[in-house]
Amino acid sequence: MPEYQNLFTRVQVRGPVPYPGTPMGTAQLLAGNSERELPGTFVHLFGKIGDAQVGPVYLGTLGVLSLVFGLIAFEIIGLNMLASVNWDPVQFIRQLFWLALEPPPAQYGLRIPPMREGGWWIVAGFCLTVSILLWWARTYRRARALGMGTHVAWAFAAAIWLYLVLGFIRPVLMGSWSEAVPFGIFPHLDWTAAFSIRYGNLFYNPFHALSIVFLYGSTLLFAMHGATILALGRYGGEREIELVLDRGTAAERGALFWRWCMGFNASFESIHRWAWWFAVLCPLTGGLGILLTGTVVDNWYLWAVDRHFAPAYPQIWQPVVDPALAATPALQGAPR
Amino acid sequence: MSLTARVGLVFAAALCVVIVLMTFERPPVRATQVGFRGTAMEQVVNPRTQAVRLAANRIPEAPEAADAEGEKAREIYENVQVLGELSVAQFGRIMQAMTEWIAPEQGCAYCHNVENMASDEVYTKVVSRRMLQMTRHINADWQPHVGNTGVTCYTCHRGRPVPAEVWASTVLAQNGLQAPRGQNHPAPVANDSSLPGEPFTPFLLQDNEIRVISTAAHPNGNTANIQQTEWTYALMMHMSEGLGVNCTFCHNSRSFANWSSSPPARLTAWHGIRMVRDINTAYIVPLTPLWAAHPRGPAEGPHMPRLGPAGDALKVNCATCHQGANRPFYGAPMLQDYPELNLVSQGPLRAASATPQ
Repeated sequence: MPEYQNLFTRVQVRGPVPYPGTPMGTAQLLAGNSERELPGTFVHLFGKIGDAQVGPVYLGTLGVLSLVFGLIAFEIIGLNMLASVNWDPVQFIRQLFWLALEPPPAQYGLRIPPMREGGWWIVAGFCLTVSILLWWARTYRRARALGMGTHVAWAFAAAIWLYLVLGFIRPVLMGSWSEAVPFGIFPHLDWTAAFSIRYGNLFYNPFHALSIVFLYGSTLLFAMHGATILALGRYGGEREIELVLDRGTAAERGALFWRWCMGFNASFESIHRWAWWFAVLCPLTGGLGILLTGTVVDNWYLWAVDRHFAPAYPQIWQPVVDPALAATPALQGAPR
Repeated sequence: MSLTARVGLVFAAALCVVIVLMTFERPPVRATQVGFRGTAMEQVVNPRTQAVRLAANRIPEAPEAADAEGEKAREIYENVQVLGELSVAQFGRIMQAMTEWIAPEQGCAYCHNVENMASDEVYTKVVSRRMLQMTRHINADWQPHVGNTGVTCYTCHRGRPVPAEVWASTVLAQNGLQAPRGQNHPAPVANDSSLPGEPFTPFLLQDNEIRVISTAAHPNGNTANIQQTEWTYALMMHMSEGLGVNCTFCHNSRSFANWSSSPPARLTAWHGIRMVRDINTAYIVPLTPLWAAHPRGPAEGPHMPRLGPAGDALKVNCATCHQGANRPFYGAPMLQDYPELNLVSQGPLRAASATPQ
């Protein structure tokens, strides 16, 4: 007897042969569908965490082009990192997390700089953006080809919005590519910290706060929903779609549990809308917060003080006066 | 469970242990509240590393005080240019102390031709004259930073001819594909981050603007960008590491830029940045030709680099004196035991031994 209610997947459902998928049909919304690649096969380890069947894969024109542009961007970034350690493969591995491809310095504004001073960053950024947009179109078209809604594509678009704000829209509004994010593991994190410091503490940016609400909210909702469905496994709770229309004992028990716990429950249908909106609003609000930083607000702490949003705390020390504002530096007792 | 799964699990567990051990600092970590409650104003200290720092920041026992009366050094010895106002007893005492502070292994010969102590032929003697004047200048003119605690030669040297914590310009990798940006490599001075690895030339030698944060809520012509901020950030990380303190030792947790709610230590640090700039430009860099003539030190040794890889002098930053302590020697007032250092003459050095220009 298969058990579904375990925390870990205990059963692998396999057909006699890999399922090739629904026929492509001829009356698709968008023309230009090609054949699926690979016949598909079963992998036991994948069956431990998901469906044991791998493939068939649909590549198509958009997928191939997206992979090509993505590979070009990946190569440009990697080769620039390798160049920054004088082509030493050992140092490339040792320093990999520290290496980066930086955007151009500020003096070039929005002009195309020399290749070695940020030009490669623009080329890599262009290729990566094309690759991502092509992949977005692919998610849209594959959904349409299967007769699905396009919810996945629009959720992906929310993430692309944040990516474009950081690397394209905000730098253009600020008039300089130097405002954009470097490609690199630690460098992009240092950039993030420096961004918050330069603009007076992003903690006081309300859109940053909203983005965090939706980020943490997403994980909370995911945990609540996943836990509820697993807990209802013994009553067939994983058959969520059927239970949307025809509430069985699983749905009733789950709903009652949450009403007992917090007085209110999402329905088997609406919980998915909750999750989708929380996930999508995280990058949407975050992107707004980034977009307003430096363009509309230059110091979020002072902005919050102006709006009585940052509280005042009792002063522990005698207030310190900015020494650079002293009328005569001599008063400070030291030469400049 | 299959053998493969077991081996895999053991490997994964070992990897987790390695990551935890390599990444995290072993507890305990003690946090002390230093500001108003709920504002994250606290100093974080690990008693284990603190004990090491305390042990490394002890001052040596002072020799018996010397009689300030009697004949002056300039009347007895030849070629005494900066310590002439000392009594002969004081002169001997400070010479002895300096030997212990700077060249305990090499002894007098590190700076002197022992056949003729008055001779300036060993270049290190010429350097030490200027260093004595520098020490006096710091104690007399940089009170806002060093207070009455003051500094001695030992504050930086600590028994080494070349202080342990010094900096020089770095030679950046040069190649066709990417122009060097001075960052995005492991930066030991900035807590091994990928921030700029040598933030000293712009801020502790030149006087570039350190401040990047706007003083108004809305855009008002502040052109500092994020890349610039990373240079300031690297300097601040150096100060934090060099002094063994958190950001909140000098800054308030809510607004790094705001002065009125900053701890008073920030004012001391502000003067310190300017003091280091003054030391480097007025005292260290002008001595470069002497070191360039002896890039591996005096003939008698010890042979160690006196110049950086780019051929510039080994210069001073916050860690040179502080060496991990928020006040050198945790505030032990060493200078008060050495009144000789307050008698150093600031007059111009005689041509024969003056600093080469």
